[in-house]
Amino acid sequence: MTSIAPVPAEGERQFMSQTMQNGQMAQTLAGPPAIVLDKVNKWYGAMHVLRDVSLTVTEKERVVVCGPSGSGKSTMIRCINRLETHQEGRIIVDGTELTDDLRALDTIRREVGMVFQSFNLFPHLTILENCTLAPIWVRKMPKAEAEALAMSYLERVKIPEQAKKYPGQLSGGQQQRVAIARALCMKPKIMLFDEPTSALDPEMIKEVLDTMIGLADDGMTMVCVTHEMGFARQVAHRVVFMDRGEVVESGAPGELFENPRTDRLKLFLSQILRGH
Amino acid sequence: MSHAAADPRLVTARAAPRRRMRLSWTDPAFRALVWQIVIVGVVAAIAWYLIRNTSENLAARHIATGFGFLGRVAGIPIGESLIAYNPSIDTYGTALLIGVLNTLKVAVIGVILATILGTVIGIGRLSKNWLLAKITAFYVETLRDIPLLLQLLFWYTVLQGLPVPKQAWHIGGLAFLSNRGMKLPVLDWQSAHTWALLAFVAGTVATVLYNKRARRQQDATGIRPAVWPVALATLIILPLAVWAALGAPFTLDRPVLHGFNFQGGTTLTPEYFALLLGLVTYTASYIAEIVRSGIQAIPQGQWEAAGALGLRPGVVLRQIVLPQAMRVIIPPMTSQYLNLTKNSSLAVAIGFQDIVSIANTTLNQTGQAIEGIAIIMAVYLTISLSISLFMNWYNARIALVER
Amino acid sequence: MSHATVTAEPVPTPARLQAKVAAIGPLAWARTNLFGSVWSTAVTLALGYLIARVAVSLFAWGVLHAVWSVPYGSTGIADTSVCQNLKGIGACWAVLGDKYRLILFGRYPYDQQWRPAIVVLLFIGLYAVSGMRRFWRKELALIWIVTLTLVGILMWGGVLGLPLVTEDYWGGLPITLILATFGLAFAFPLAVLVALGRRSTGLPAVRMLCVLYVEIIRGVPLIAVLFMASVMFPLFMPAGVNVDKLLRAQIAFILFAAAYLAEVIRGGLQALPKGQSEAADALGLSYWKKTRLIVLPQALRLVIPPLVNTFIGFFKDTSLVLIIGLFDLLTMGKVALSDPPWQSFSTEVYIGLAVVYIAFCYAMSKYSRSLERDLNRARAR
Repeated sequence: MTSIAPVPAEGERQFMSQTMQNGQMAQTLAGPPAIVLDKVNKWYGAMHVLRDVSLTVTEKERVVVCGPSGSGKSTMIRCINRLETHQEGRIIVDGTELTDDLRALDTIRREVGMVFQSFNLFPHLTILENCTLAPIWVRKMPKAEAEALAMSYLERVKIPEQAKKYPGQLSGGQQQRVAIARALCMKPKIMLFDEPTSALDPEMIKEVLDTMIGLADDGMTMVCVTHEMGFARQVAHRVVFMDRGEVVESGAPGELFENPRTDRLKLFLSQILRGH
Repeated sequence: MSHAAADPRLVTARAAPRRRMRLSWTDPAFRALVWQIVIVGVVAAIAWYLIRNTSENLAARHIATGFGFLGRVAGIPIGESLIAYNPSIDTYGTALLIGVLNTLKVAVIGVILATILGTVIGIGRLSKNWLLAKITAFYVETLRDIPLLLQLLFWYTVLQGLPVPKQAWHIGGLAFLSNRGMKLPVLDWQSAHTWALLAFVAGTVATVLYNKRARRQQDATGIRPAVWPVALATLIILPLAVWAALGAPFTLDRPVLHGFNFQGGTTLTPEYFALLLGLVTYTASYIAEIVRSGIQAIPQGQWEAAGALGLRPGVVLRQIVLPQAMRVIIPPMTSQYLNLTKNSSLAVAIGFQDIVSIANTTLNQTGQAIEGIAIIMAVYLTISLSISLFMNWYNARIALVER
Repeated sequence: MSHATVTAEPVPTPARLQAKVAAIGPLAWARTNLFGSVWSTAVTLALGYLIARVAVSLFAWGVLHAVWSVPYGSTGIADTSVCQNLKGIGACWAVLGDKYRLILFGRYPYDQQWRPAIVVLLFIGLYAVSGMRRFWRKELALIWIVTLTLVGILMWGGVLGLPLVTEDYWGGLPITLILATFGLAFAFPLAVLVALGRRSTGLPAVRMLCVLYVEIIRGVPLIAVLFMASVMFPLFMPAGVNVDKLLRAQIAFILFAAAYLAEVIRGGLQALPKGQSEAADALGLSYWKKTRLIVLPQALRLVIPPLVNTFIGFFKDTSLVLIIGLFDLLTMGKVALSDPPWQSFSTEVYIGLAVVYIAFCYAMSKYSRSLERDLNRARAR
């Protein structure tokens, strides 16, 4: 998995076939639940964007959420750390229910890391400062300790030499890896990824995906909204397909991709493959 | 990916060869030199022509150039002044100095008030409340479309149309607004107040020092000691205690109506008040737009990312949003401050004696046109340059590093 | 995100969507936009009360109790006693009815005032044509030259059977428009040269001159420049040469405007990608050909919105000639107020003047904003 394909379409296919050859099959995990969504509903004005969404993610489980744009997958993942508020149903993260209670919110946001499609690094802070900000102000960590921690994660995402630079000086792929390191510095129990590779150029997608695969190997609980099917096959225990605010199908990646039961998923898969 | 290795371009064995200029039209360096000599020569010729004409004209009119007139007695009556002034003994130099001080008095107070008003209106334009957003938008749109001079004349007539002192509008019998301007009470200043003020200054220093210590402690241990109790104690309680210990004197010099006018207290003349009002409301409409675009320049993603990291709203505001918004706001804000200062020269139209007004009177009385204009220019260039230099320095300090 | 579209529904961003969907029905709209929270409700009520009060008293003053015309005595002097009696209660719009020709056209001979009226229309037409994008070509300069010549002929006369009217009799709106428009027209070429000079790396002396010029002019108030024109200009000229006051003010305006325009144009030059200049170099174009054919056409297009904003500023700044005693629109307003019967109705006159200024400035700023949006959209594509 070290080759970088010249053409994106081919790269994607190569990536997929390689992972299939590796033959990593998803296994189901049984453990205590990390995230529970129970009949979650959400409206924007009159528009019903999440309809009775129920989903349980157990500890150390890795779930990939896919679906067409407008299917509510981003909204759902943003509800998990309450960047959006749901109006009906329950969301329980790491044993704490998400309500209007600000203390619950604080607890959850410490334990849940998030990576955005558009990186959202703080442009006025150096890479190192981006990473140490939250440990210092939220975890009340001494500066030296926070910096050491940040450096260790920057090494892990393979960009320690950029620590003194500003986000604007980095490439998109590097910025996204910093964003991952920044989230990891809070030592979260759960990581959420909201289309982390959608804003990246094809040659940079791989470096970010490799970082995420490394994270998966360490047993991090992950929920990831992505269209990278190769990544889903290699890493996910479970793939959830959403459309029009509903969970339509879910199952092990191989099973779901090879034998889609619903027409909606078939159509989606055909478009995804054609798209690449 | 490693950048640690030395750049081979920096360890070169020999320097680049120096190029010599050929005296030929095909040599770009020679061509540039000729162009520059021609252009500078033309400008110099024009300047020489104007200067020669001027000196001939001056000689014909028997006007001596020079700044000797500054030492002569001015005889200009000046309505309001920050320093003592007597037209029958004080010189033109003093009168001009008063003009500068009056300009600064309008500019400094105007900048502060316009910033406050503009910020409030700018935030109002972003309000979710439709009515507030529309009204502030209307304010901005209307005030920007009317010439400032017209607005100043309008405010001046409004103030002159106010009731006479006998029927002045008042607030609790302390402040009076009439066609003689705004009368305000002043504190009868005693040594206790000076000591309290000193205590306040000391408290400010102490708070700043304590804040620095808190920062160091946070860096070392991660725990940031609360600063506000110290600030409260040194900024408010200490000065109050000093004042109380010295007998807590408090007497107000209140304006009182005597005959046809007020006595006591302090006065904002109608001219100053109208100028300030016009400048502040006009400039605020520009500042409002700057503040609004500054706040809108922060993408929603910044708030979300900071929130997702678990940062509290107060920390997000201080550490993430304000530092970025200030970068967008400060450069245009600087030019608005400069504009306000320059626009204060419109004072001459409503009879407030700023530097332009007094220099103009001086120029008319003495005939020293060149010196008068030169003084006006020098004053404004000094103000403009110092504000620009300070702001450039500040801006460079907080500049954003980008590709 | 773009490569998977099963459902064809567009996906607006949450915030915008919320506003849009909530706008169903006036009640729902009011609930979100006026009474969204306790604070919002309080603000709405307080503002609503204030607006209602101001609107009621303005209506009473400006319409209900207003005086629209006054009788004239046998000597032809207006009898304003009705207005005087209603001072502070009702507006005296009669002052505008009596003085509008004086304010708009100054002391221009009364029976010839159709000429400045046409001049005003010509200017408006010129602005309208310049605003249309299909006229953004070299021919636009020709249109300007023709129009400005026409303006000169109409105002001065002396040819084509038009009686001669010297500048001493000009006044009002034409002066305002002339100062602003001629100022822009002559400042523009100068500003282009200064902007190019300020960016010329090869000519440090020229760059220095341009920087000095721009920074000095921008560092001092317009009043200082106008004073210089009215007081120092006569000293600059050789003995016997007398330059008219209007022309002196016009020159001051041009010099002032050029410094500000130069900065705007420099912004456009800076925004132009370096590749454009390099490509022109690679094609073997000389400096002036490159500038004329490649750099300027693109850079000037970029700066049209800020250029319009700068022009709005000049338009308002022309009012400053009041201070050196030229008869522009604002000065004519003050002159009208010096007529004894009307002396105390300055508010009405100022409102009338404000309406004229707002009409011009609002139209221009609205145009500049829509243009900016269009250009941004075109650039984003």
